[in-house]
Amino acid sequence: MSWNFKGSLPKSDRIQLLVDGLFNSRPQIEADRAVLLTESYRATEGEPIVLRRAKAFAHIVKNIPITIRDHELVVGASTKVSRSCQTFPEYSWEWLESELDTVATRSADPFYVSEETKQALRSVHPYWKGKTTSELALSYMTPEARQAIDHNIFTPGNYFYNGIGHVTVDYGKVLRIGFKGVRAEAEAELAKCKVSDADYARRSAFLQAVIISCDAVCEYAARYAELARMKAGSEVNAKRAAELEQIAKNCDRVPANGATSFHEACQSFWFVQMLIQTESSGHSISPGRFDQYMYPYYRADIESGKITMEGAQELIDCVWVKLNDMSKVRDLASAEGFAGYSMFQNLICGGQTADGEDATNDLSFMCLEASMHVHLPQPSLSIRVWNGTPHELMIKAAELTRTGIGLPAYYNDEVIIPQLLEHGETVSEARDYNIIGCVEPQSPHKTDGWHDSAFFNMCRPLELVFSCGVDNGVQIGPRTKPVSEIKSFEEFMAAYEEQTNYMIELMVNADNAIDYAHAELCPLPLESCLVDDCILKGKSMQEGGARYNFTGPQGFGVANVADACWAIQKLVFEQKKYSMDDFKAAMEDNFGKDMDAGMAEKLTAQVAKQLAANGVAVDKNHIVTIYNEIAVNKCSADRKSYYDKMLADIAALDKFGNDKPEIDAMARRVGYTYTRPLTKYTNPRGGVYQAGLYPVSANVPLGAQTGATPDGRLAFTPVADGVSPAAGRDISGPTAAANSVSRLDHFIASNGTLYNMKFHPSALKGRAGLESFVALVRGYFDQKGSHMQFNVVSRETLIDAQANPDNYKSLVVRVAGYSALFTSLSKSLQDDIIKRTEQGGF
Amino acid sequence: MEWSEVKGRIFDIQRFSVHDGPGIRSIVFLKGCRLRCRWCCNPESQEYNIQTMDKDGKIETVGRDVTVAEVLKEVEKDRVFYRRSFGGMTLSGGETMCQPDFAEALFREAHERGINTAIETTACASEEVVKRLVPHIDTVMMDIKHMDSEKHYAFTGQHNELMLKNARVIAEMHNDLIIRVPVVPTFNDTEEEIRAIAEFAATLPGVTHLHLLPYHAFGTDKYRWLGRPYTMSDIETPSNEHMNRLLAVVKAAGLNGQIGG
Repeated sequence: MSWNFKGSLPKSDRIQLLVDGLFNSRPQIEADRAVLLTESYRATEGEPIVLRRAKAFAHIVKNIPITIRDHELVVGASTKVSRSCQTFPEYSWEWLESELDTVATRSADPFYVSEETKQALRSVHPYWKGKTTSELALSYMTPEARQAIDHNIFTPGNYFYNGIGHVTVDYGKVLRIGFKGVRAEAEAELAKCKVSDADYARRSAFLQAVIISCDAVCEYAARYAELARMKAGSEVNAKRAAELEQIAKNCDRVPANGATSFHEACQSFWFVQMLIQTESSGHSISPGRFDQYMYPYYRADIESGKITMEGAQELIDCVWVKLNDMSKVRDLASAEGFAGYSMFQNLICGGQTADGEDATNDLSFMCLEASMHVHLPQPSLSIRVWNGTPHELMIKAAELTRTGIGLPAYYNDEVIIPQLLEHGETVSEARDYNIIGCVEPQSPHKTDGWHDSAFFNMCRPLELVFSCGVDNGVQIGPRTKPVSEIKSFEEFMAAYEEQTNYMIELMVNADNAIDYAHAELCPLPLESCLVDDCILKGKSMQEGGARYNFTGPQGFGVANVADACWAIQKLVFEQKKYSMDDFKAAMEDNFGKDMDAGMAEKLTAQVAKQLAANGVAVDKNHIVTIYNEIAVNKCSADRKSYYDKMLADIAALDKFGNDKPEIDAMARRVGYTYTRPLTKYTNPRGGVYQAGLYPVSANVPLGAQTGATPDGRLAFTPVADGVSPAAGRDISGPTAAANSVSRLDHFIASNGTLYNMKFHPSALKGRAGLESFVALVRGYFDQKGSHMQFNVVSRETLIDAQANPDNYKSLVVRVAGYSALFTSLSKSLQDDIIKRTEQGGF
Repeated sequence: MEWSEVKGRIFDIQRFSVHDGPGIRSIVFLKGCRLRCRWCCNPESQEYNIQTMDKDGKIETVGRDVTVAEVLKEVEKDRVFYRRSFGGMTLSGGETMCQPDFAEALFREAHERGINTAIETTACASEEVVKRLVPHIDTVMMDIKHMDSEKHYAFTGQHNELMLKNARVIAEMHNDLIIRVPVVPTFNDTEEEIRAIAEFAATLPGVTHLHLLPYHAFGTDKYRWLGRPYTMSDIETPSNEHMNRLLAVVKAAGLNGQIGG
C-alpha cells in the first residue's frame, strides 16, 4: 500500500455546523420503535420467531419517522432528535418503566423523556411481560448463579438487559453487491432447501427472514430518497438543493445496489451501521477496518478526478458526526459501568492486509484526521501497530492522542494475530482482525464474540476467602477453611482459586442461560445475513450461525489482587508481622477508616428515604446523625493507630507497576487464576470461553460493591482499571509501569486487555515529544503488551490531582526542560503548571 | 578492575526523561559539584557527602554509593525504549566530572552494552579528565553561564576560565556539543550577556546549537529541606517575550537556538 496524505487536511465549515447541530438539543428517549415493534408482534403471534423478528424490523423501518438534518451529506437517523435513542422492550423494559421518571435527572447519561413518550411506552410495556430475553434468561439460571449476581460477584447485565451487538458485519459486501445481492444469496440457498430436509422449517424461515429484512432496508433507503427530493424541491439555496438531489440519487442506488462512488459508499456504510442498531439494542457494533473496505471507492474517485482529498475528508467527517448521532439508554447500574453515552463503535485503521503487507493507505490517515476535525468520542478510533507500521502514521496518531480526546487506542498485531491463530483461525483471517467495542479482537464478519458478556470482580473471591464463602450472612461460595488455619501462602492461593473457580462456573451458567434466551427469542436476521456463514448454515448468529463463536467475560482488579497477595505473602508468611486474622479484622474494620464518603451519602439517603416512607419526619440534624452513624469508624484510638501502622507496612511493600519482577510475576499468576480456568468452558453456539482483562468504566461502580482488600484499598473505593497498576501506585514513571504491565500474559487474555496511561499534553510537546511517545508505545509492544490508550489530562484534572494526589501518583507532566511526576512537585510549582496550562503557554 | 565494579556516589536515577539528550533517557545524577550556583535547582547535589533532607518532617537520605553494575542494572530496564527512540543514559549531577573514574567506567560500560551516552556538565575539571571522558560520550551538553569571570565567580563560586578553555577542548574532540545557558534574571539575562556567550559559542568548532533554559524556582523547597537559605527567592521566571528576544540574539550569532532543553 502507499499513500499521498501529507501533514493535514482542512476541516470544512459544514463539519463544525454538523457538530454544533448535535448539541442543539438534549438527548431524549423516543417511543416510535417500541410502539411499532409491539404492533407487529401483536400481529404475528404464533409465527416462527425469526420471521416475527424480520416482520417487526420491516414494520419499524417502513413507519418510523425519518429526518434529514441540516447540512448533512450522509443521511439516516433513527431518532427525530440528535443523540437520542429508541428503546428495545423485547430484551427488557421493567427497569425503564421504573426509571422513566428519574432517567432525565440521573447523574450518569441522563435522557429527557416527554410525557407523551412516557405514556406511549407505558401503554406498550405490559405486552412484554413474560416475553423478554431477560425473563427467559433468568428462568434458565441456577439459583446459585442468581445469588452470586445479587451479591455482586459478577454481573452479566449487559446482555441480560440488552441485545448482544459486539459484531463487525460485512460492510464491504454491501458496498460490492448491495442488499439485492445479499437477498439473492439467501434466495439461492432457499432454492436448495428441500421440504423434506430435517431442518427445513428453521432454515427456510431464517432465509425468508433475511429476504424480508433486505427488502425492508431497500424500502427504508427509498423513503430517504423521496424525502431528500421533497426537501430539494422546496430548498431556496441552490447549492443545498443540489446536495439534496445528490443525496436522493445516492439513496436510490445504495444500499440496495453496490456503491459506484465514494459518496455512495459512505451513505451505504451509514445505512448498514444505523439499521443494525435499529434491529437490536446491542452496542459495540464496530465498523472495523473502514480504511480497507472503503478504499477501492476512494481510490477510484480520486483516480478518475471525481473527488478531491478534501472532498473525501469532508464525507468521512460527515460519517464521523453520524456515528455520534445514535445513542442508547441503559439501566442505571449499566449506565455507570458504561458512562459517557458511548456506543463503542470501534473503527480501526492501519495494520496488515490479509496477505501480511502493511495496510496503511490515505484513508488510514484521514480517519485520524476526521477525529481531529470532529473532536467527538465516536467512533472509538483505534490503530493497529506492527513492525511494518509507517512512522508517519504513528506520528499522526500521536498528534491525535495529544489533543486529549483519548483516541486512538493502540493495538499490537504481534500479540493479537497469534491469539486468533490459537483459536483456529487461518493466517489471512487473523491478519484481517479488527477490534470490537473497547479492546476485543476478532475476525470481522465471521465472528460472534459475545465479547462483553460479564464483569467478574476478581477482588470479591478474595473477600470470600476471609469469610469462608459467606457474604452478608449468606453462604454464597465454597466453605473454604477459616483463614486462621491457613498455614502457607500456597494454601491461601488454593483457597482463592477455589472461590474463583466456583464463581467462574456460576458465571458460565449465567452467560449460557442468557445465550439460550437470545437464540430462542431474539434471532437477528439482518445482522446475521452480513456475517459468515449464517446464510450458508441457514441459521442466525444467535443460534450459532457465525463461523467463530466465543463468550468473553472480563475480569478486573488484577492489580489489587496482586498487591493483596503480595502483602499476605510478605507480611503474614515471610515476615510474620501480622496473622491472617489480623488481616481479616482489618478488612472488616476498613483499616479503622471512615466509610468512603460517596457510599456513606448513598446509604444515608437510602435510610432517610426508608424512614420517610415509614412516616418518620427526617430533618437535617437527623440526617447528620444517620450519616455519622454510617460513616464514622467505631474503632478505638489504639486500634486505629494499629491499623495505621499496618497500612504503612503495606504501603512500604513493592507494588505492581514499578518494574519489580517479583511482584510483577505475582500479578501474572493472579491473571492466570481468572484467564486459565475460563478456557475450558463452552457456550451454546458451539464456541469456547476466552477471558478479557478490562473493566470499561465498571471499576468504579463495582469497586463501590467491594469491601476493603489486603492491599490496603479501602472499602467501596474503585479497584484498578484494566491491567493498569492500581491508581497512584505506579510511581516509577511510564516506562517502568509499561514494563510491569507487559509481564502479564496478554496472549491468554484473548478477549482483550486494557492499559490506560495518563499524560499531560506537555509531555507530548513538539516533534520530540511525539517521537518519545511513539517510542513508548513501540517499546511496550516490543514486550508483547496488547493494548495501550492514553488519557492526556486537562487543567481540571491537574487541579483534582493537586487535591487528591494519591489518585495521580503516576501522572507525568512536562515542567520546563524536563518531565516529572506531577504529584512529586511542590504546591507552588503545581500551581505554576496549572496556570501555564490555563494560558496555553506550553 | 572491571569497569562494572567501579564505585561512585549518586543521589537519583530518573527514568523516562525525554528532554535531556536524544530520545527516551535515564538520567543518573552524580553527587558533588565544584560550583555553588545560587539558583541551582538541585542543591542536594552540591555536597559530595551523604546528607539528610528534612522534607517537612519526613527525613530522607540523599546520596548512596553504588557500583557501575548496579547503575547499569537500573539503566538497562528501559533498553527497549532507548532502542525505539535512539535514547540512552545521561549522566548529570552535581558535576559528573568530579567523579572521573566512576564516570569513565559508567560511560565505557554503557558503550560496551550498546547503550548511547550523554552528559550534562559544566566542564569544571582538569583538561586531563575532560580528555579521558569525552571519547566515551555520544552527546555533550555543556553549560556556559557567563563570559564575565568576576560575575561568574560572584554567582557560582568559581571563575570561568577553566570551563571556557575546556569548552574548546571538547569542541575540538567532539562533533556533537550543545551549549546550554541557564537564563537567570539579575545574573545573565540581558541581551548583551547572552550575545557574549553566543558569540563565544559560535567560535567553537562544530558547535551549531545553543539552548536557552529559562530560570525556574524549582529548588525552593529543597533549600528549606536542607536548612539552607534560598537567596534567589525574589527572582521571577523570564517572560516568553524576553526569552524570544534572547533567542533572536542567539540566532543573530549564527547558531540554531531553542528555548528549553
